[in-house]
Amino acid sequence: MKVVVCVKQIPDPALPGELDPSTNYLKRDDKLILDESDSYGVEMALQLVEAAGGGEVSLVSMAPKGEVSGLRTALAMGAEDAVLVSDDALAGSDALGTAKVLATAISAMSPDLVLAGVESSDGYTGTVPEMIAGVLDIPSITFAKQIQVEGSTVKVQRQTEAGYDDVECSMPALVSVTAGVVEPRYPSFKGIMAAKKKPVEELDLAALGIDSGVVGKNGARQETVRVTDAEERQAGEVIEDDGDAHEKIVEFLGELKVV
Amino acid sequence: MSIETILVFAEGDESGPSSLTLELVTAARSLAANVETFVAGDGTAMADQLGAHGASKVFSTGSLEGKLIGVHAAAALQAHIEANTPDAVFFGQTADGRDTAARLAVRIDQPVVTNNVGASIEDGNLVVEEPVFGGTQNVFTAFRNDGPALALFRPKSFEAEANGGGAAEVVRADVVDPGTAGAAEVTGRHAEERSGPQLDAAEVVVSGGRGLGQPEAYTMIDELAGLLGAASGASRAIVDAGWVPYAKQVGQTGKVVKPNVYVACGISGATQHLVGMKGSKNIIAINKDPEAPIFGVADLGIVGDVHKVIPALIEALKSR
Repeated sequence: MKVVVCVKQIPDPALPGELDPSTNYLKRDDKLILDESDSYGVEMALQLVEAAGGGEVSLVSMAPKGEVSGLRTALAMGAEDAVLVSDDALAGSDALGTAKVLATAISAMSPDLVLAGVESSDGYTGTVPEMIAGVLDIPSITFAKQIQVEGSTVKVQRQTEAGYDDVECSMPALVSVTAGVVEPRYPSFKGIMAAKKKPVEELDLAALGIDSGVVGKNGARQETVRVTDAEERQAGEVIEDDGDAHEKIVEFLGELKVV
Repeated sequence: MSIETILVFAEGDESGPSSLTLELVTAARSLAANVETFVAGDGTAMADQLGAHGASKVFSTGSLEGKLIGVHAAAALQAHIEANTPDAVFFGQTADGRDTAARLAVRIDQPVVTNNVGASIEDGNLVVEEPVFGGTQNVFTAFRNDGPALALFRPKSFEAEANGGGAAEVVRADVVDPGTAGAAEVTGRHAEERSGPQLDAAEVVVSGGRGLGQPEAYTMIDELAGLLGAASGASRAIVDAGWVPYAKQVGQTGKVVKPNVYVACGISGATQHLVGMKGSKNIIAINKDPEAPIFGVADLGIVGDVHKVIPALIEALKSR
């Protein structure tokens, strides 16, 4: 079984994000890291291949300036190889443009199953996986909390408002994985060393045969007209608990007529 | 281009449209002369309320039971859009809303803008507003495409308000077979037990986070919520850790809540969480770290141990 996992390399979420004032794109100047949301997909893929008794987990990513730091992390977890799409013309791509690029790269990899996170931690549009399935014209199941492969069928527990649904479809298919549903393995020292030698194929738009007009800013067909600072919520009173802070809470709830 | 007709992708159940759907219909009404709705399913039971909120029509595919609806809804929407050319299509930021909008965007090759909390018309174009960096900044995006503007909106971005319209006219929409892409089938449904008020509709919400220390401590949150007639919620950290089900998650992923009172217990206030609750009217926070970002948005902040403050609070409320 061949599983391709879509991974995004993002600015460290622990650092404050910033928009480039000239383009209004998210600044990606510092080293990028593997989006934690995608580590669950990588782990799920590794588990599925182990359960199937063999197969291969490959990665696909789109990032500026040949960035591979996040890919190396996922390779160190156990993925075999990776395809990175990197091209200056991709700056400003929206979800649809991104999906077109990733789908084209994935198509050449001929996977049985494509996995992705439900949404990235930085852009969180939550639409790219389903769009990739759309471009590939294959079935998809979003919000998976558990995945099982039986023959050529993928069976998924799909998270819902009320609980979960059992959903299944034939493969090839795409499944998006909810954050937190598996425990991503820590790369071992051996894994980290091995990852440095694993193949990462870097492709540009020409290699994928994609016209630069359908991606990037032109392909996005939308314009940031302005960025404003949100009204800040004012902090109120902060007190140290000296044993009777609960009385203060009861008093406040009383003022609000909750008690 | 001006905006004359907005189509709202309506969701709901036998009891009627979802509150998010009614919020979107109300918002659409203030932007366009004509508001229509599209239901991937049987929309008959929604016609009264959709009409009362300003929709003229309900296009309804009839039951799609057993299907994972996104791809089927998108195929039917494509046929509808090509025949009726609405200027914009509004979706709720829900699982089905995202699936449908994403599949539709590919089918009609048009961009979609997600996570919006506001919309306006500027120079005849739809402009949508999306909060970024945990709601510290807002990005306003204008559509520059030559097709319908596809936009997704977060819950509680608008107030739903009826305008006294009669029932919307129910019109049959054609079902279109999406081929193998539509192969996903729902074979079983499982509902988790739920008691007390609904999280996203409750007047008071009590949430717990990692500061509780261990899963068993969440019973304090449930007990406090019970005493206040509140719904209980959680931060992503303890949902990811498996302490409580996803349905309780408040935040960017999870529920957006805007109750009268929000009580955050042992929650530090990561951006992910703040986005989902900082629209609350009043916020009470209990956390042992005085530097926790949650205190930046709290009306009443208690720097203290949740394991001391909450039991004392529970006792005080019981003795009243």
